[in-house]
Amino acid sequence: MNAENTSSPKIIVRDLSFYYGNFRALKDINLNIAEKMVTAFIGPSGCGKSTLLRTFNRMYQLYPKQRATGEVLLDGENILDKKQDLNTLRAKVGMVFQKPTPFPMSIYDNISFGVKLYESLSRHDMDERVEWALRKAALWTEVKDKLKQSGTGLSGGQQQRLCIARAIAVKPQVLLLDEPTSALDPISTAHIEKLIDELKEDFTIVIVTHNMQQAARVSDYTAYMYLGDLIEFGDTSVVFTNPKRKETEDYITGRFG
Amino acid sequence: MLNLYTRRRIVNAIGLAVSVLAMAFGLFWLCWILWTLLKHGLPALAPVVFTQMTPPPGSDGGLLNAIAGSLAMTLVGTLIGTPIGILAGTYLAEFGQRGWLAPITRFINDVLLSAPSIVIGLFVYEVYVVHVKHFSGWAGALALAIIVIPIVIRTTENMLRLVPSTLREAAAALGAPQWKIINFVTLRAARAGIITGVMLAIARISGETAPLLFTALNNQFWSSNMDQPMANLPVVIFQFAMSPYEDWQKLAWAGALLITFSVLTLNILARVLFRQKTASH
Repeated sequence: MNAENTSSPKIIVRDLSFYYGNFRALKDINLNIAEKMVTAFIGPSGCGKSTLLRTFNRMYQLYPKQRATGEVLLDGENILDKKQDLNTLRAKVGMVFQKPTPFPMSIYDNISFGVKLYESLSRHDMDERVEWALRKAALWTEVKDKLKQSGTGLSGGQQQRLCIARAIAVKPQVLLLDEPTSALDPISTAHIEKLIDELKEDFTIVIVTHNMQQAARVSDYTAYMYLGDLIEFGDTSVVFTNPKRKETEDYITGRFG
Repeated sequence: MLNLYTRRRIVNAIGLAVSVLAMAFGLFWLCWILWTLLKHGLPALAPVVFTQMTPPPGSDGGLLNAIAGSLAMTLVGTLIGTPIGILAGTYLAEFGQRGWLAPITRFINDVLLSAPSIVIGLFVYEVYVVHVKHFSGWAGALALAIIVIPIVIRTTENMLRLVPSTLREAAAALGAPQWKIINFVTLRAARAGIITGVMLAIARISGETAPLLFTALNNQFWSSNMDQPMANLPVVIFQFAMSPYEDWQKLAWAGALLITFSVLTLNILARVLFRQKTASH
């Protein structure tokens, strides 16, 4: 829709369509993701918001029948291009999922796993990187004495912060959050929302959420999607207080969805 | 006309009674078998069973060579079968969504899984024993390995499929190549289940008689040479139990008891291990 509201776009989406087999899940999406801002995708289930997010790191590539057409430009380069190296792309674009996904290894190894893919650090540097990532994810004080313990033994909220730490340890530029708090209790959710606010100093953040209050709280820009169409996109304050489209208003006021 | 609540209670009582009866029926035979085994096996289980070789009829002896032979062939069979099984199972679970090879492999594996073990014994006899012109421990281990492979393939594939796809996605999202995702994430997450599968496979082959009858045959003496016919518990039990000599029959009972309890122990260990690991997830 209106893409002029972002001063310096990190990601530009142009005429993006997405297919699950023959089903068209995204229909000619156009929008810009502003650098070092939080952009939220909202909409009812099945509207395509997660699908859109998953094109930004080409997650769909894992599945044979899924494909995307159009362009997604990251710093001007089309990441949908077949020549785009997936590992380089994913080093730049990190992702956190709905359910916490700690790897079956120690807390320390959970973080160093991703870092080792791109850098060979000395023991000391790796220790520093792990601490840096855990501090950024506001988890350091809780786990600093049990870095050798399994990541699967942490609470759900801690696991999710571990996953955020793991994603940022690679030092990506963009962080994709796919309903990061929908499996968490309110206190852990508040933790993570505060974290999102701090992380946007360093990262461009895109968050998919089912929770409209959350979108209103954490995001600078909001995109409302419905059945694969981008219905409205703009400043979060405008979308929530003075939406241009009737559909958006119906959804955010709870008359629908 | 009964009221709804009373009716539900009656139906519940009948259902419960039928289930308990069915369970008791199954347990009855199992207990009977174990009881007979203990009654005949325990008195025969003297220390000499573990220290002496299988005797000629009428003299004293034990099962040492048979125990050692069984252990050796089970070990070699497991060592050959496990890596092949895990690799093939990993292929089916992690790469098997596309192409025609995986469904065919899966189908053949299912056939192999239910193939009668005597057929496997005859197969190894035909392709190996006939050519080297003598029975041997290697042939026995090979037959056991062929039994291990489909079991391990099946459990490895099933256990890897239980690993949530979000875990694979999370590793892929970090930019990890597929071999690293499999080695460091999914195989690790499925480790307990895969080990359980291997243990169940060991339990299965440690009691197999038919595949050894045509391959390792038997050996009355101590043999540490896998290229020679090798004594083993199942065939010794088979031979001694069919014999008219009372001390041979006693040894057969002792051997049967040994196998049953090692299989039982393996099964219990596998269950405990699997439960512990899955509970911690």
